[in-house]
Amino acid sequence: MGGMERPALDDFTWRVGGPQGSGIETAATLFAQALARGGWWVSARREYHSNIMGRHSYLDVRASRRPTRAFFERVNLLAALDAETLARHLNEIQPGGVLVYDPDAARRPLSKLAMLDGAAYKRISAALGGGDPVLERALEHYRAGGVRLVPLALEPLAREVGEAVGADALTAKKTLNTVAVAASLALLGYPLEFLDAALAAQFAAKPRVAELNRKVAAEVYRRVEPLADAGLEPIGSPGERIYVNGSHASAMGKVAAGLGFMSYYPITPATDEPFYLEAHPESGVVVVQVEDELAAVNMAIGASMAGARAALTTSGPGFALMTEALGFAGLTETPLVVSLYQRGGPSTGLPTRTEQGDLRFALGAGHGDYPRAVLASASVEDTFADAALAMNAAARFQLPVVHLMDKYLASTTRTVEPFDAGAVEPDPGVVAEAAEGVFPRFSLAAEGGVSPRIPVGTPGAGYWITSDEHDEVGHITEDPELRDAMMEKRAAKIEALREWLGPEKMYRTHNPEAETLVLGWGSTEGVALEAMEGLDLGYVQVRFLLPFPDLGALLEDKRLVVLEYNQSGQFARLLTQETGRKPDHLIVKYNGRPMTIEEVRAAFEAVLSGEAGAYTVLRAGV
Amino acid sequence: MELKLADYKSDLAPDWCPGCGDYGILSALQTALYKLGIEPSRAVLVSGIGCSAKTVHYAATYGIHTLHGRPLPVAQGVKLANPELTVIAMAGDGDGMGIGAGHFVGVGRRNPDLLYLIFNNEVYGMTKGQASPTLELGAQPKSLARPNIQSKVNPLMLAFASGFTFIARGYAYDVKNLARLIQQGLEHRGLAMIDVLQPCPTYNNLHTREWFAPRVYDINAAGYDPRVPRDMSDAERAERMARFTLKATEWGERIPTGVFWQAELPSFEERLGEFLPGYPKTAPATRPPGGEAERARALMRGHRVAE
Repeated sequence: MGGMERPALDDFTWRVGGPQGSGIETAATLFAQALARGGWWVSARREYHSNIMGRHSYLDVRASRRPTRAFFERVNLLAALDAETLARHLNEIQPGGVLVYDPDAARRPLSKLAMLDGAAYKRISAALGGGDPVLERALEHYRAGGVRLVPLALEPLAREVGEAVGADALTAKKTLNTVAVAASLALLGYPLEFLDAALAAQFAAKPRVAELNRKVAAEVYRRVEPLADAGLEPIGSPGERIYVNGSHASAMGKVAAGLGFMSYYPITPATDEPFYLEAHPESGVVVVQVEDELAAVNMAIGASMAGARAALTTSGPGFALMTEALGFAGLTETPLVVSLYQRGGPSTGLPTRTEQGDLRFALGAGHGDYPRAVLASASVEDTFADAALAMNAAARFQLPVVHLMDKYLASTTRTVEPFDAGAVEPDPGVVAEAAEGVFPRFSLAAEGGVSPRIPVGTPGAGYWITSDEHDEVGHITEDPELRDAMMEKRAAKIEALREWLGPEKMYRTHNPEAETLVLGWGSTEGVALEAMEGLDLGYVQVRFLLPFPDLGALLEDKRLVVLEYNQSGQFARLLTQETGRKPDHLIVKYNGRPMTIEEVRAAFEAVLSGEAGAYTVLRAGV
Repeated sequence: MELKLADYKSDLAPDWCPGCGDYGILSALQTALYKLGIEPSRAVLVSGIGCSAKTVHYAATYGIHTLHGRPLPVAQGVKLANPELTVIAMAGDGDGMGIGAGHFVGVGRRNPDLLYLIFNNEVYGMTKGQASPTLELGAQPKSLARPNIQSKVNPLMLAFASGFTFIARGYAYDVKNLARLIQQGLEHRGLAMIDVLQPCPTYNNLHTREWFAPRVYDINAAGYDPRVPRDMSDAERAERMARFTLKATEWGERIPTGVFWQAELPSFEERLGEFLPGYPKTAPATRPPGGEAERARALMRGHRVAE
């Protein structure tokens, strides 16, 4: 079939699924890197259970000719490394898509899949006609629907190929992920040289492992025939592009803004950021793993009081423990950035799944009134800039800043142009030029509520800091007039911050002339923009939740739709509180899985056609 | 300019009850700082919540009066950000042994170069005399409605189990010896803890000044050597541990004070320095600004798709 012209692809999604701990993440990285090296814009998302080994996990790698920030429900190629992947994802292959699977695994009845939980078993069994179905029989149905079946026993192939290149059985088995990637790319007709380079880079520290995997990949390419019409070709050069996720971008943004100290207590999905910094001492950041979240937040506050630029990361349960100290930072006017990586709540909730359920919590965390800022990042690129902005806002206005992220953003890895680190100017804040003797750290002569600051330990001077209400030098007071003056001084920061930010940093719009505007915050922007392509809709991304931008004029006479990842519509309620406008439609998702382009598109179309009710729940995902 | 003892006193008059042990601790602290010639502006006192926590306001150093239970984390943040500073954390027994006990264990495992004082009067004073974690089982000071039905924690033993490298006990009304202990604690390289016994004249009518006076004695003056050098043999170390346990649990007719344990272990700052280039010289609060963009670019280089 070599002479046949193959249609060039514009957009392609590869899904690999298997048991957790089997290395499918490496597989996804190899696939993504091979395509990225050929000039594709790639993004990879990761879904996993709260489990170390054995439970079902999968990754989607989407490659496109343009940068993308969202994922489709249906994939072009599913590489099923085990029977459970086959059972769970059969329904998500596009017509014309490809299924690579182990025919032996397909012969097992559903009841033999040890890690398949009861709810999933019932659902899949019902979908396949009830009883204890054997997957193989279901395959025929999908083949009839246009899915191309490629029975390829990957494990035996890994063994065979491994032996062919001289590896022992155990070592050969470890190349299964390389075999899966090589087989997929060979089927798609993508040149081996890019995978070869990706393997060399992936195993750069282990030359023998690299050599074995490269040999294995080459051998797989010799054995697997390309599909006739699935032409995946290199489209250019990656140039300077980097491959990063939200956790990395957040760390890089903070470092560019002068981060010096980060304390943390392990929690999913927030720990990747400090763990990454710990692994990279060139960041210059003192990273300390501590005994609990109370220690984490208070240690960062101490470091900040001494003059370090301090930040920490956490997720809902950890943030709950930090709230007392957040008020301490607010009252003592201590710069502090908390990156709050939201996951499914409440309580332990869905620890490894995504949600935007902590907005109201972030806005109100802590007792008493104190100024704070809350912003949310929409993308990897935003995250870099926002993390730096959060650091600078904290330093300039001497207050806690909550930087909202989510699990989806944290664990979605994308190719992007390098971040402009040179554009970040670490803001020194308002620093007193000279200080001697007792220093009025909380001076009421404070423009925008900000008293000039010197760090604790500045030679020749001294002052006190207290969690009680205090006077200008930091001694405890219960004086009613001083209390009012201090409360009002601190509260003044919010308006000063709003002015400093300007509207362009607080929100952005896409096609705001449309009659119907979708509003969102955080990571919904990517999926919303892609889902509304060609529809008569506009979009408003609210980047600062506190202070809240002035949207009154923009929203006037518009029909309003809010899209967010929580049950109660936390942002929708905030919108009403801040603008007096109640959204006409609220579209939410809270099953912990990222919104798919298809389901958001369908929800938007229903809004435009008049079929949508006031409240729509999105339910896609595995 | 020659430093005077008065340079360590703030303009604020203490509002503790007459006869409170806190006066003695404050005085011993100021004396120790003065004797060591530590610039007041290079010392940071960090307290929790309660009567003891007000101490920081009466010293003319930098003072941080934190949250209930949290002086240790805040103090460690200050120290790790600027290791050149002398950092002294202090907490009441409720603060340190109750709500903040997790940090006590945590800091012991790290051994940062700081001093931790526990103001131990067996009651929660500010909230009107509830039983603290150091009050004996069955004891009933006048403020309690019934005898205490929880056992007491021994700060010395917990410090030992947590890895503290300097473990001492002082007595608030023996200011001279307490000042000497504080001086020794400040000179110790690593984490020093002093459990300071003190009467609460308002709520603890059991362990009063009169009760303590005939009981407390100085173990070091009586010949107890607390030093446990790094190269000590295992057998000798085991013998020292047994001796420590005997002294640390002695309570009643005789109450030992002094230094019970002094070991050598790398400080947390030294441990960090093994991995962070230049630390503590490059500590985040003392390094000059600049190089931030380059550090971010260095991280990005590791993510380049193509070399």
